[in-house]
Amino acid sequence: MTDSNVTVDIEELVIETLKELAGEPDAVTADATLEQIDVDSLDLAELSQVVEEKLGVTLKGSDVAEVTTVADAIALIQGRMGQ
Amino acid sequence: MREVVVTGVGAVTPLGVGARTLHERWSAGSCAIENAEGACTDFDPAEHMSKKEARRADRFTQLGLTAADEALRDAGWLGGDELPYDPARVGCIIGTGIGGLQTIQDALAKLDSRGPTAVPALCVPTMMGNAGAAAVSLKHGLLGPTFGVVSACAAGAHAIGTAMRTIQTGDADAVVAGGAEAGLTPLARAAFSVLEATSTTGISRPFDVRRDGFILGEGSGVLILEDAESAERRGARILARLRGYAATSDAHHLTAPPADGRGAAAAMRGALADAGLDAADVDYINAHGTSTPLNDRAETAAITAVLGARAGQVPVSSTKSAIGHLLGAAGAVEAAATVLALRDRVIPPTLGWAEREEGMDLDYVPDSARPLDTDRSKPAVALSNSFGFGGHNAVLCIEAAAA
Repeated sequence: MTDSNVTVDIEELVIETLKELAGEPDAVTADATLEQIDVDSLDLAELSQVVEEKLGVTLKGSDVAEVTTVADAIALIQGRMGQ
Repeated sequence: MREVVVTGVGAVTPLGVGARTLHERWSAGSCAIENAEGACTDFDPAEHMSKKEARRADRFTQLGLTAADEALRDAGWLGGDELPYDPARVGCIIGTGIGGLQTIQDALAKLDSRGPTAVPALCVPTMMGNAGAAAVSLKHGLLGPTFGVVSACAAGAHAIGTAMRTIQTGDADAVVAGGAEAGLTPLARAAFSVLEATSTTGISRPFDVRRDGFILGEGSGVLILEDAESAERRGARILARLRGYAATSDAHHLTAPPADGRGAAAAMRGALADAGLDAADVDYINAHGTSTPLNDRAETAAITAVLGARAGQVPVSSTKSAIGHLLGAAGAVEAAATVLALRDRVIPPTLGWAEREEGMDLDYVPDSARPLDTDRSKPAVALSNSFGFGGHNAVLCIEAAAA
């Protein structure tokens, strides 16, 4: 698997998971803010569990506290994958 | 002290979604018990809340949210942009026997099979016993006192009684109050069964000599309680007056009542005294009537002691004959049913009652509903009894709204 494929997979995983969790699933895009799609800290805790299960990356509450957009979440996970 | 009125009712029960559905179907003689359970098979959460609300809620909370929505609509609260009261003056008290039992079971299964990190992030906020009250407060922006009440099968009545006091003492002007329970889970079935509390014949027939235990059910009931003066000022339709409440304890046995039902009798007398009424004023009793040998015998003894010479003349019926035992929701569902019985002047029956037990000589309203045939010069008065494991007794005294 190349690096670019992994990047696509992470984005897809985050977006598909947030569509399950969001109050406004139709508005979930990489550009959307969490407020726009009605995603709060409990949803991020659920997202973190999915990410840990699927990708083996552990995210703590303090890690996701700075996340305000979907793109932030994707970038945070991509960064951790690269570590 | 301030007076408290009921301005809205809501319920989800095995007889269907809606308090009026419960009242009408029960009064028509329908029994919703199938396969020895009272399941809310007509209830689909997707019809009543967003996917996100449903995800954030155990089934008991979903049931509570739906009954609260109905009660708030019934009270005329949801028509405009704002609540009819300062949100800081509105509370929410929802009782439950157990809380999010299915959530606990699912989380435990994940813990056992996949380890601690697999326990769902929503486990705590959805299993907690106050989750129902919290969800209603959050959805409707209620900023006054909000909490759960836990007293097994008396929780719904304790919640309504506590809400009444909260208004009387001035801590709130209105309270969304009731009970919710979703105990049709493998653990609850097994746990009640090993106690031999549930029926082995699969029939709920309260007060009948053949009764052999209760039928496990699920559901929710919610009442909108308001300070009477405030309700009248806003032009609210008054469904009933909550005249009295009393709670007592048996301190006798963890699960069994004393044979003479003295704790229950004390609660009934207390509720009447709180209302400024006496036994001669009681026109109807919505019994706890679980269909267990011990409860129904002790409750009969208690009612007989309280009513004295009028025992046998006052109709006594059990909602549990139609829907089974909704545990922590029962008291609230039965209070809603009592409000509508008084409003329609109809006494619903104890379904399935046919054979008298020696020494149990009350009028259990067998076979079919009958008109509430009382002196119309004064509003009809009913008691709604609720008793719980732990020896908890809670009784509400409800008076019909003036015609």
